[in-house]
Amino acid sequence: MGEFSGFASVTRLIKFTHKYGAPKRFYLLAGRLVPWLAALTVILMLAGLYLGLYWAPPDYQQGDAYRIMFVHVPNAWMSMMAYMALAIFAAIGYIWNVRLADMLAKATAPLGASFTLTALVTGSLWGKPMWGTWWVWDARLTSELILFFLYVGYMALQASIDDPRRAAHASAILAIVGVVNIPIIHYSVYWWHTLHQPASLTLTNQPKIYMTMLVPLIVMSMAFMFFYLTMLLVRTRSEILVREQHTDWVRKLIKAGR
Amino acid sequence: MSPRGLFSVRALSCARGDKTLFAGLSFQLNAGEALHVRGPNGLGKTTLLRALCGLSRPIRGDIRWRGERVSDLAEEFTAEVAYVGHLNGIQGELTVLENLQTAARVFVRGKERMADVETALARVGLVASADRPARHLSQGQKRRLALARLLILRRPLWILDEPFTALDAASVEGLSSIIGEHMSAGGLALIVSHQAFDLPGIRDFELARFCKART
Amino acid sequence: MSGGLFYAMRAVFMRDLLVFWRRSTEVMTSLVFFVMVTTLFPLAVGPERHELMLIAPGVLWVAALLATTLSLNHLFASDYQDGSLEQLLMSPYPLSALVAAKIAAHWVLTGLPLALLSPLLAVQLALPTKAMGTLVLSLLLGTPILSLIGAVPAALTLGVRGGGVLVSLLVLPLYTPVLIFGAEAVAAAAGQGFASVAHLSLLGAFLALTLSFAPWASSAALRVSLD
Repeated sequence: MGEFSGFASVTRLIKFTHKYGAPKRFYLLAGRLVPWLAALTVILMLAGLYLGLYWAPPDYQQGDAYRIMFVHVPNAWMSMMAYMALAIFAAIGYIWNVRLADMLAKATAPLGASFTLTALVTGSLWGKPMWGTWWVWDARLTSELILFFLYVGYMALQASIDDPRRAAHASAILAIVGVVNIPIIHYSVYWWHTLHQPASLTLTNQPKIYMTMLVPLIVMSMAFMFFYLTMLLVRTRSEILVREQHTDWVRKLIKAGR
Repeated sequence: MSPRGLFSVRALSCARGDKTLFAGLSFQLNAGEALHVRGPNGLGKTTLLRALCGLSRPIRGDIRWRGERVSDLAEEFTAEVAYVGHLNGIQGELTVLENLQTAARVFVRGKERMADVETALARVGLVASADRPARHLSQGQKRRLALARLLILRRPLWILDEPFTALDAASVEGLSSIIGEHMSAGGLALIVSHQAFDLPGIRDFELARFCKART
Repeated sequence: MSGGLFYAMRAVFMRDLLVFWRRSTEVMTSLVFFVMVTTLFPLAVGPERHELMLIAPGVLWVAALLATTLSLNHLFASDYQDGSLEQLLMSPYPLSALVAAKIAAHWVLTGLPLALLSPLLAVQLALPTKAMGTLVLSLLLGTPILSLIGAVPAALTLGVRGGGVLVSLLVLPLYTPVLIFGAEAVAAAAGQGFASVAHLSLLGAFLALTLSFAPWASSAALRVSLD
């Protein structure tokens, strides 16, 4: 209660955002943006795949197997960024009671989880030709695994509470605690890894990044970024429809058959 | 004392989930006054009381105690409220006496006046059960124990949610006189009760006035 | 009789100690679990002292972690059900201080016995004697961290269906740093790695960090659950 009185002046700024944070406005604005973002996603994805699978030459050591990096690395980056975004949305929703922020957080979670899962699977696939095993307790993969559990926990908590407001605020606290713990988790996992495998070359130790690797990597990263934005808007729009179903404007939309 | 009332509420709006229960709720309460919040089940009477205590966060509105916002006062406000909700708030493993003694230590701050635990027990008729574990009490006795806390804490604002539940006729009378004394001493009270009780000077407050009709 | 935050915290601490003590079955569960896991491992893995010695630090720490996770459900649940948690929110004292007292009482009856009992169980797992002191110290530092961090998911899942299992899922990622530092400390003391002082001081630092953050986070969580 009294803890947040210090945010009074920032609250006035946030109230300004309230006008554009109203679910109805967001719904309409997002609806117009989605086709553009989707188009950009497809273009970047196709370009990235071409660059990564065809344009970039095979690697000296790993041959063609290394190309899976062009999916693995962007997904790993996005999984981290999505969690940051989730924590920020959730914190805004919790502190200033902004329903749209709650919905954005809820929409981000499954997207972040799938980025993490993709990173884990592609990491495992990458490991097989390199080390001969399906799973390697590499520092980054282990961190990704723990991040996956953070996402699943967040979604499980949201799913198990019926009241949408309580669900959003409870998982917001969980997300904030998670975000604070992530640096500690990363450090401890990294340290744990170096203690047990001091000399071996890991997936994270790439000898050198060549230009031919960097360009497709950046393009693919942008592709996945736009993928996230597109899907975020799409999912948030359906979340808005569900949560605002009692309001007049949603009822009109449903009647109009959209 | 603020001319707007000791305890004043303006344009309060509360929701359960995404559904707004009531909006634009306002009232004022001064020393020695009591409000009987009425309305059919499910309207949000409990939610209202919890919002007034500070347990629940309202969507919108202004709750002021002695002219200052309750959200700014935080613990200073809770130090002046005694809340008895649906749950008794007593721990079964502790004896009746231990429950009240702990309440005294945890809820009374600094130099606040505190009535004797023994006197409170006598007033609610639980002296004989003082050393029994609270879980062995009957429903009515547990309710009386919860209400005994009101006598110990000596708070000006009482917020009571169905306080007469499980009480027999004699106890209902007893509680009514306790509340009556509290009001005479300048205290304020907000009561939700579907049971009839006799309290001179209490005002009725219809919650339904502030609820939008829903199809 | 009353007066001051300290007395209120002590009152909550003593009350909860008394309540947990009288509700002894809950407290015994985690201890029994700890004993079970550490006893079953040699049966499953074989009596080879050399093998047991290698896995001893990890097994002891995982068992302690799981036992603590089991006990988390008892931290707030019955107070939530009988309404005394609600009343605690109406106290004139800062909730985070009172919650810290609750967690302390809980730890005294769950984590502390685990730490003190561990050398006996470590003997079963062929842990070298020179590592016993570090074992107890690592658990004395680590189990409060587990209780403090665990209080947040415990508070978030009050009254929620599937709460028990959910708490374990939520707590797992947050426990990994403590597990790593704790188990490594014992392994180091048993002669398998660096000096254990580094690990123990990291644990100590982590405890200090958690002490300042967790009570505040769990009281926020309690307010959300009681909204």
